[in-house]
Amino acid sequence: MSKKTPDTFLLDDTVYQTTLNRKFAARKRWEPPEPRKVRAHIPGLILRVHVAVGQKVEAGTPLLILEAMKMQNDVRAQAGGAVGTIHVKEGDLVAKGQLMVEIV
Amino acid sequence: MSGIDEKTQKHIEKKESVLQSVDKKAVEKQSQMGKLQARDRIHAILDPGSFHEYDLFVEHRCQDFGMEKKLLPGDGVVTGTGKIQGHPVCIYAQDFTVAGGSLGLAHARKITKIMDHAVKLGVPIIGINDSGGARIQEGVNSLAGYGEIFYRNTLASGVVPQISIILGPCAGGAVYSPALTDFVFVVDKITKMFITGPEVIKTVLGEEISMEDLGGARIQAEISGNAHFYSTSEAECFEQVSRLVTFIPWNNRKRADRFPPKLPKGQWDINEIVPLDPRQPYDVRHVIQALVDDSDFLEIQEHFAANIVTGFARLNGETVGVVANQPLVLAGVLDVDSSDKAARFIRFCDAFNIPLLTLVDLPGYLPGVDQEHAGVIRHGAKILYAYSEATVPKATIILRKAYGGGYIAMCSRHLGADFVFAWPQAEIAVMGPEGAANIIFRKEIAEAADPDAMRKIKVEEYKEKFANPYIAAANGHVDAVITPVETRDFLIRTLEVALQKHEERPARKHGIQPN
Repeated sequence: MSKKTPDTFLLDDTVYQTTLNRKFAARKRWEPPEPRKVRAHIPGLILRVHVAVGQKVEAGTPLLILEAMKMQNDVRAQAGGAVGTIHVKEGDLVAKGQLMVEIV
Repeated sequence: MSGIDEKTQKHIEKKESVLQSVDKKAVEKQSQMGKLQARDRIHAILDPGSFHEYDLFVEHRCQDFGMEKKLLPGDGVVTGTGKIQGHPVCIYAQDFTVAGGSLGLAHARKITKIMDHAVKLGVPIIGINDSGGARIQEGVNSLAGYGEIFYRNTLASGVVPQISIILGPCAGGAVYSPALTDFVFVVDKITKMFITGPEVIKTVLGEEISMEDLGGARIQAEISGNAHFYSTSEAECFEQVSRLVTFIPWNNRKRADRFPPKLPKGQWDINEIVPLDPRQPYDVRHVIQALVDDSDFLEIQEHFAANIVTGFARLNGETVGVVANQPLVLAGVLDVDSSDKAARFIRFCDAFNIPLLTLVDLPGYLPGVDQEHAGVIRHGAKILYAYSEATVPKATIILRKAYGGGYIAMCSRHLGADFVFAWPQAEIAVMGPEGAANIIFRKEIAEAADPDAMRKIKVEEYKEKFANPYIAAANGHVDAVITPVETRDFLIRTLEVALQKHEERPARKHGIQPN
């Protein structure tokens, strides 16, 4: 074979010589959910922050309003605890997946 | 001057006035971007002198925002009929130099008229997209225009082949006409396709990306899978269109044109292409080239999901659709993308009376969280559905390994294949020998003084017993074990026998394909 195949691929305990395409190489690794780390599920604007550091929250307590696609999304706590760090302030633009609030 | 001469002269002047009333700046800009003008594109695709233009004098009716004073020549789209290497087609080309090729109702109605024409005449419809999007001044009428095109794309699906060539921007709702058609052609640095452009993404979402990285030709051809043919110039693109048209029939009641049979070119020795060791890669396209007429293979979606190969070729002069696992990429596994790609191709072939040839060499479905979460179950189901649904002649050759669900999916006898052949080195099993031995002989291996040595023995034992085509042949799942060199003759003879195949299925409105 003239074409080089630098990659290997393991399937059912067998190692195959092959090449990995760009999309496969760039695939996202799965990470377990972290309910105490509140991340932006969509990029947008922090319209309001309802909580302060140290404040006690329960699952379901509104934390902030994230405006995106002309919709004001209520972002609520997924887990109970105290507000640890707030990484955003009103008027901030956040990217998808950006960490906004940590619950401790 | 007699009466008719005068009328003729007036007509010529009127026609010229439409053809000449071009925006010189826009035309110049179009050329600077390496883009041809709409009419020149049509002439470049069609046989010389075959273009017959429709609706040159169509005018829009918009009375708002100063549009009543604007005369848009041809309303920004050129439509008509013509021939490609003698094959009749209907064609339209949006003209970016007229109001940015924007789509208003009159523009859309010119397109729907030529689409209706294509369905009535039973010929392919080719659309060249080069448009800034909806003509905003026309409001909902412009949206109506898009909707009427989508509706016709859907009704024409599976009746006449539909080809979309994206030679400029094709953004927002406009993308859905190409998406509903059978083949989408893109050209590097010219094609821009997206639902929302980089500007909107930046202002709304704060993400910065270039047009090329968001929806350029390469992305559409390699990552999104929206495109089927990628080229680096308009001339190369038109060559691809022309080649495609010769491989497919005019409509669903006809077969593709028969060409004079030719032998494969002989640059590949079919005995030498496939390594015996199932872990070693090779380019399955060489096997295709070694089997088909003139080694001429027109690949569809070459860059997307390259772990499966799809495309058209001819056997003894008759068009066949080839689906083949590609061990060179990702070991040839089935996954979300390759299932989508193959299923759509199979359905096209079935709709247009093109026999299917399937070449099998795969280790199974791709494992992984990303695959499971992306829905490899429902995507993988599409390939089962498409093969089972297809009533065209279906021939399958198991070149080497066919393991597990992959064996079933790749047009096995169980999904209604008419002919299943296996090469002598074929291994048909639930999984590869290593994995199988580790499960079946787990206890023996764990308890052995030297587990690795025991594993080797057991793997060999399993290989000896199951890694061959004869158990499948003994059960009638494989019709014949044939050698690589006799394969082409076998295929030609099966095709001769099967071309008149007609299979009735229970009447229904339509099946519900997994999505």
